[in-house]
Parts: sequence; structure tokens; C-alpha cells
Amino acid sequence: MSQDNFQTGRINRIAGPVVGATGLDEIRLHNMVLVGEEKLVGEVIRLNAKQITIQVYEETSGLRIGEPISDTGEPLVVQLGPGLMGQIFDGLQRPLATLAAKEGAFLKRGISEPSLPTEKKWNFSPNVKIGDDVYPGMIIGIIPETESIDHRVMVPMGISGKIKEIRSGELTVKEYVALVETPEGKTEKILLVHNWPVRKPRPFNRRLDFNEPLVTGKRVIDLFFPIPKGSSAIIPGGFGTGKTVIQQSLARWSDVDIVVYVGCGERGNEMAEVLNDLPKLEDRTSGIPLINRTVLIANTSNMPVAAREASIYMGITIAEYYRDMGYDVLMLADSTSRWGEALREVSSRLEEIPGEEGYPAYLASRLAEFYERAGHVSCLGSGSALDTTRTKRDGSISLVGAVSPPGGDFSDPITQSSMRITGVFWALDYDLSRRRHFPAINWTKSFSLIDLSQWYSEHVADDFPYLMKSALSILGREHELQQVVQLIGQDALSDMEREILLTARILREDLLQQSGIQVTDVFCTLEKSYWMMKAIMHFHEASQNAMQNNVRLDDLENAVVLQKIARMKELPLESAVDKIKFMINEIDTELTRMQDNLERTNV
Amino acid sequence: MSEKIEINQLFTKEHRTVTQIRGPLIFVERVSNVAFDEMVEVVDPSGNVRVGRVLEVDNDIAVIQLFLSTDGLDISKTKVRFSGDVIRLNASHSMMGRILNGLGEPIDGGPAIIPEKREDINGMPLNPAVRIEPSEFIQTGISAIDGLNSLARGQKLPIFSGSGLPGNELAAQIASQARVIGDNTEQDEPFAVVFAAIGITHRESSYFIERFRSSGSLDRTVVFLNHADDPTIERIITPRAALTAAEYLAFEQGLQVLVILTDITNYCEALRELSVAREELPARRGYPGYMYSDLASLYERAGRIEGHKGSVTQLILLSMPDDDITHPIPDLTGYITEGQIVLNRTLHQKGISPPINVLPSLSRLMNAAIGKGHTREDHRTVADQIYAFYAEGRDLEKLVTIIGEGSLTEHDSKVLQFSKRFEKEYIGQGQENRSIQDTLDLSWELLSEMPDSYLKRIPEEYIRKYKKRR
Repeated sequence: MSQDNFQTGRINRIAGPVVGATGLDEIRLHNMVLVGEEKLVGEVIRLNAKQITIQVYEETSGLRIGEPISDTGEPLVVQLGPGLMGQIFDGLQRPLATLAAKEGAFLKRGISEPSLPTEKKWNFSPNVKIGDDVYPGMIIGIIPETESIDHRVMVPMGISGKIKEIRSGELTVKEYVALVETPEGKTEKILLVHNWPVRKPRPFNRRLDFNEPLVTGKRVIDLFFPIPKGSSAIIPGGFGTGKTVIQQSLARWSDVDIVVYVGCGERGNEMAEVLNDLPKLEDRTSGIPLINRTVLIANTSNMPVAAREASIYMGITIAEYYRDMGYDVLMLADSTSRWGEALREVSSRLEEIPGEEGYPAYLASRLAEFYERAGHVSCLGSGSALDTTRTKRDGSISLVGAVSPPGGDFSDPITQSSMRITGVFWALDYDLSRRRHFPAINWTKSFSLIDLSQWYSEHVADDFPYLMKSALSILGREHELQQVVQLIGQDALSDMEREILLTARILREDLLQQSGIQVTDVFCTLEKSYWMMKAIMHFHEASQNAMQNNVRLDDLENAVVLQKIARMKELPLESAVDKIKFMINEIDTELTRMQDNLERTNV
Repeated sequence: MSEKIEINQLFTKEHRTVTQIRGPLIFVERVSNVAFDEMVEVVDPSGNVRVGRVLEVDNDIAVIQLFLSTDGLDISKTKVRFSGDVIRLNASHSMMGRILNGLGEPIDGGPAIIPEKREDINGMPLNPAVRIEPSEFIQTGISAIDGLNSLARGQKLPIFSGSGLPGNELAAQIASQARVIGDNTEQDEPFAVVFAAIGITHRESSYFIERFRSSGSLDRTVVFLNHADDPTIERIITPRAALTAAEYLAFEQGLQVLVILTDITNYCEALRELSVAREELPARRGYPGYMYSDLASLYERAGRIEGHKGSVTQLILLSMPDDDITHPIPDLTGYITEGQIVLNRTLHQKGISPPINVLPSLSRLMNAAIGKGHTREDHRTVADQIYAFYAEGRDLEKLVTIIGEGSLTEHDSKVLQFSKRFEKEYIGQGQENRSIQDTLDLSWELLSEMPDSYLKRIPEEYIRKYKKRR
């Protein structure tokens, strides 16, 4: 970031985060600039023959007319390399833990600090040798970045040729790992780190189909509204409906390699909670603390508004970098509404003509660009003709954005624009959260557009799609019947219909509701979820049969086995499936006994 | 920086180039070297000084927002002096026991406050990496809060009240009863209360001061007063000055500080007035689009910091216009704060005191502050169970008005009974100061009316241990 060769201008207008300057006639749109004596970070967002307009990512209080502005010559970039994992950054990729140690508890302005540790030695083991052909995206070596993540060092964009020198062993991010001789006879250095502009999606070979679900451990999601690996989803909900709790739970228990968690304009204490928990929580399979697979980006609500936008792009670019290595990445953005509001604020300071609710007219296209950076792809460099090993490398980014609609009303522009782009919609509901039904995902409003029934039939059970549809239709039927009950009371329903209400209640309370705290219940395997659903649906079918043989609904409501169904959640994962299978037999036994008793009294 | 200020002060220029006065805004031309957000002094024709700040600068034109009214100013004689620095508060340990105006200047007839430090009232954002997750349980003595929406030290919790609802009374009761309960907490920790009255009536502010006096905490309280008849625009400064004082007492002096901000609705109205004067594009209901960020810059100034003994806990009062929880003020507040306590008019009319509607109420930090080592192992599940029954009970109450109690099933009529008793005995505790043990015991007393099989939210071991058998 040397600015020796670039122009310097002067500030001539300041209005909050928007600053005007003159004297920079050679600057390019979206270049990063350093504003004022304190060198605040800003970005050029509008060019005009007489004046350039800059969005400043730091607090502008105290900035003066006439202070200098200098061009850095490059757009806003993210530094990519080993050392990202386990860190907490702000929206401009400044390492917050390092800053706290150096500068104290409060964030001063104009501070700069390398994003990645510069002194740390990384153990690099190459997997190419001198004379090998290399090309962009090819993996030339491995660094164990954390206990759980191998950092695959790739050839950066724009470099290809023959390896002239390759190093191994302890290296810092400042050193080169290989020298490449290009076909033109030039020698290029490959470093452990490189910069990438955050607004430019990283390239890949091609998009692939979604073929498997991302297992989240939340029953309502995994069973009814699954998100495929590489897809995008939104969680809209009013305050207190549990957006953040769901996001945090996804960060903890999802079946992915890497999690990028962006706290965008949200609460500082919640970031503290995540920071506090992740080093203690262990991965379910490997037992390694989860912090080893997580990158946190925190731009809390009291940090500068403009940097919220940067934080979202910072996050997705880091996610793309690990995707390119062939990992399954989950990116969580909490909350995209705060990002939209930042766009609105800057737009209004630019005096642009507003669209709906004061949001700029380009809101929908910005959201679309962002969500389309999710995907399941064949990575760049994978399967190349030059690749002697011919190893295929796929990666994915699943993107989950929380949305905070005003008053919990889903007609707001951000919810509506996001809904049109994302394939999965988890609608959170005030009514459910007030009953402490968590996760408060409303089963009549939510949807998942991508059909994964084939995967479920092959990998879980043949009857999975059938059971899932039946269970959902019972829940839908309950909704209709409840409206009747509200008007004229339960007596108006037939016994068969009242049995539907009973089953729906069991589904809601004993399957969909899931504790965020009880250790046995926070994560549910797909297998256990399936068997829980199967048990309830079995009870339903057996009840309907029994009622045709004149068993009374009251007896069914008081069935002893319902107590056991209600406690299925508490069953430890190791033995749960066997116990539930056994319980299904007990359902049959008990209901058959009811019928027998009935026949005996009739005789 | 300090050198620069001195130079500026030596050469302070007075500008007589006012070109426009509009609402609280003054436009000054032909100025140079003006800083954004700088404090300015405006001298009116009769020589009185009013304080303002720079809102926007465009080449040689500065837009100034006054914190007092612009009445009596004129174009030709009004003088403007730029101070070269942002607005600061004289922060000192000796602020405690003092009564200050909305800008932080003493109005109790006592001596000026000798600053130990002069702090920028906007504060600085706290690095999220050094925050400590709030986990110390605060016992307020109120069951609906302690049992179901527990408060933790370092939390920011608003009370959503309405005109005619006893929000202020509840806040005052919490302020006088609150104490920290835990295994390793010393009981006599040094504490302070910072009370910011934002546009409230004299009657309301004297009620608070009287409560502080009678509970003996007045000499540990800093009072900031901006009354309903004080200038509206001053309200933009009052909560910031109060929070600056709170941060100083907490993080420089190591005190446990409770901040009471009442009433934020008045603050938001001042913000709207200012925004309209600036001819900004309004978002919902005329409030500015940046109101979320603006409120966050207040509310986020709560918490605990690694390596510091003190803490800032915020209790925020706001009136929901027309009791509407989706109004932008409660809505945006709810998105920032860590939960909310919602008061309800129907409960108030039924004579239930405090009239807390627990269903929309929430404390996000509850889980970290309760359970084994904090309160009791069964706390969370008991709260969940109560919530489930009460939500169902409220639905049944509506149903019963249509179809009559006779047609309820046994389960439903038990739930309805529970919900009625809960409302009367658990929520409607009046002025009683209940310990958390009493609250949990009362919970089990009520739950024991229910058969075991109904208690689906509570693990069997707790049912065995705590349920009263009869």
C-alpha cells in the first residue's frame, strides 16, 4: 500500500461518512483512499469532473476541510493466506484481538495493523517439483493452518509456467514459496499471501448441481426445509424470534469444513458470546475446538456504518478462497438488513432518488450479486489438462443471511428482494417465539425450492420423502382445523379430525421443537431425526386404524407410549435409533391391546 | 492533537457571516478549516452564548445545529465561534450526588465540576474482542423478570411502556432492589447510578430523585435533567453525556454502574425534528433512516471489558406510541437491545402490578446468567414450561369467551387454571421484593397442580427433585 506514486487531493465537503475531494483527477472508481491526517480508510464511490465522492469506513468526526486525501492505487482488497482461521477481524480485515492488545479496549481511528501475522512461521510442504507445469488454481503445497484445517497453497491468478524453484519448511507470509518461469521467459514469485478485491467474485471452472443437503442438526431444517450444500438461504424474523440463535447454532453444529461468521451491525455482546464459546466447543466428529475452523468478522452496530458493507464482501471473499481449496464453506451473515440500511444511508447522503422505503433502486441487484456468490463449483485448476494427477476438486459456499424486517413484516424490500434470489426461506414467527417454540421456523410460510428427495431416499430411507410430505400435510391440515375450532369449538370436529390435531401437536412439541441448550438435543443426526418422525407418523397411522375399529380418541390421547414419544429428544444419539425402533413396536402393542379390550367388552 | 487545539483557541475567529437560520440549523458562509462535528459557540445579539455543533461542511459553508433554540438569533449580528474540538464532558468522580442539566453542566447551585478527564461525548466503539460475555445474575426482586427474563450485569434491557403505564415506577423499583447474586461475588461492591431524564416531566423526575433519596443512593447518583420544557435538541446530547459519565465511572473508577435512560421516545422525536430540519429523506413514519445506527451508538455503550472491574448496565425506558410494538422506536430498540420487558394495558386494568406481559418479553442474556452456579439447575426448563402453559392459557381464555368453559378438555381446563393463578400470584406481586429462590419455589408451587405427563419441557430428574407431591 505505498502511495508514493499516487496523487494527493484535498477535502472540500464532509457530511457524515460521505466526503468530497478535489485534485484527484486520475483516480479510478472504487479505489481505496486514505482520508485526512489520520489516514482514515475510504473508497471512491462517485466520480465527477470537479469532485470525487468518497465513502469513509471510519468515524469522520473532527475531519477538516482542506485535509489531504491520498490514492492507494488499488480497490478495497482482502489479504488471503494462512492465518485467517480462528481470527476475529473488523469490517476492514483489521485483526481485533491484536488491536486490543496493542491499542486498548476502544477502537481508535486510522489504526492499521497487518491482517495476517507477519512473524509466524508456517510449515510448508510442497507437492510439486522443479520443472513441473503450474497454472492458476493449482495446489503446489500444504500448510497445516490449524489442527483441523490444511491450508492448500494455490497458484494465484495470472501466473503459469514451469517451477524454477520450490521451497519447503518454515516460512513466513512475507517470503516466497516458489519461483515460476513463464512462457515469456519472465520469473514470477509465488507468495503465501495475495490480495484480492472484495467486490470481484473469485473465478472457478463451472457451477455444479446441488446434490446433497447441508446437515445442520436442527430437525425442522434437516427434515422439512433442507439447504443443499452450495445454496443460499435467508432467515427473516422480527426481534426476539431467534435469528441469531439459529445462526450461532449453524456455526456450531453444521456439517461443513469451514465457517465464516459475519456479525454485521449487530450486538457486541453476542459476538463476545461466540468468541467465548467457540474455543470451548468441540467438533462432534474430530473433537477439535470449533474455533479452528471458523473466521469471525465483527462490525457491531456501534462501529462505523459504511464498513458494514465492506464486512459482508470481506466475508464472502474469504469464503471463496477456502472454497477454491476444495472445502465446503458455510458463510453466515447476521444481519443483511443492517447492510441494506448502510446502503440506504450512503445513498441518501449522495442525494440519489430513492426507491421503495428510501432504499436505493440498486438494492435488489446488489443483493442478487451477493447471494449469487454462493454455489457448488468445480474449483479453478481442477481437472486441468496439465494436471498430471487428474484429481477433481469441488468446493461449495452455502450462504445463510439473517434479515431483520421492520416490525417483523415480510413485505419489506430487503426480505422480498432476498426471497426472490435465495432457494431456501426459513420464516421466523413472533407467535411461535412467544410460546417459546424454538426454533421458531414457521412450517406453513417456509420453503426449500431445491428437491433433494432422491438423495434422502438413497441415503436415509426409501420412505423419507413420503413421510416428510405426510407430516407437513398434517401440520397444514391442523392450521385449517384450528380456524374452525377458534370459531365453533372442538365439538364441531369429527374424531378423525381431532386425531389429526393430536398428531400435529405431537409433531410440533416432540419433533419440531428443539432445545438450544440441552446437550442431548442441540444437535440431532439425520438418522435420529428420521426415526423420530417415523415413530410419530407410525402412531398416527396406527391410531387412524384403531379408530376405524372403534377405539376411542380419549384412550389414544392417554396412551402410555405418548410419554415415551415426548422423551425421544432426550435419548442420547448413540442409542436413540435402537430405542425408537423398539418404541415403534410398543405403539403397535399398546394400540392392539386397546382394540382387544374393546372386542372383549363387546363380547 | 492538544497542541492544535491550543493554537486554534489562541486564534479563534468570530464569524458574522450567518446567511440562513432554519429551525435548529444555522448556515454560516466564508468559513475555513472547519472540522466535521466540531463544537461551536453562537453568540446572540444580546451577548448570550449558545452551544452547537457542525453537521456538514461544503467548501466554505458550514451547517450548524444548535442545542438550544434559535429564538432571538438574527442574520446580521449573530456571531459564530468554532472551538476546534468536539463536544466533551467534564468527567470526575465528584459528579456523584450532583444534578446536571442535559448538557452536563451543574444546575444544583453547587460548584463547577473540576474535570479529572474531558471525554468526547460520542465515546469510541468498544472492540468486540475485549468484551466479556455478561453472566452475573442480577436479582431485581421481580418474579416476571428474575424467573422468566433474567437480567445480567452489563446488559442493556429496555422497558416498553406506554402513556399511563407504570414504566417509570418499575424502573425505580428495579434500581432500588437490584443486587448481584452469585457464588463468588462480594456483596459490597462500589456502585453508582447514572440517571438521564430525557424530555420527561418535572413530576416524573422528582419521583425518581425521591426514590433515590429514600433508598439512600442519591449521593451515589449522577442526575442529568432535560425536562419536557427544556430545548428539544438538547435531548440529542443528554443520553450521550450520561453514558460518557457512566463509562468514566465504570472503566476509569471501577464502579458497577446502572444507567437509567428515560424516555427514549422523546429522544427519537428530537432526532426526527432535527432530520426534518435538515430536509433528509425520511424512512418509516418520518424518522430518519439512520435511527437504527444512532440508537445503537447509545445502547451499545453497555457491557463489561476484560481487565476492568467496572461495568455499565442500561435500563432504558420508552413509551410505545399507541401501545404499538411495531412502531419504529420500540422496533429498532428491540433489534439492538438484549431483550425487552413489555408492559401491557389490559393487565394494568385488571390490577396486576407490575403489568408485565411476559409473552413478548425476553432477555437474550438469560441463559448465561442462570442455571447451576448462578441461580438453580432447573431455572431454564421451569421458565420454558411456564411460558408454554401461559401461552396456551391465554389462547384458551379467548376460546372460552366464545364456547364457554364447559366444553374444555381436562388438559385444557387445568392449563387455564394454571394461567390464571400464574397471572395473579406470580406476575402480580405488587411491591414485594422476592428472592430468586422464592420465585422458583412459587413456580413449582404452581406447576405442582399439573400431572407429571404435562410437564414435557422439564427433564424427569428435576420433576422428581422439585415437584411438590400432595
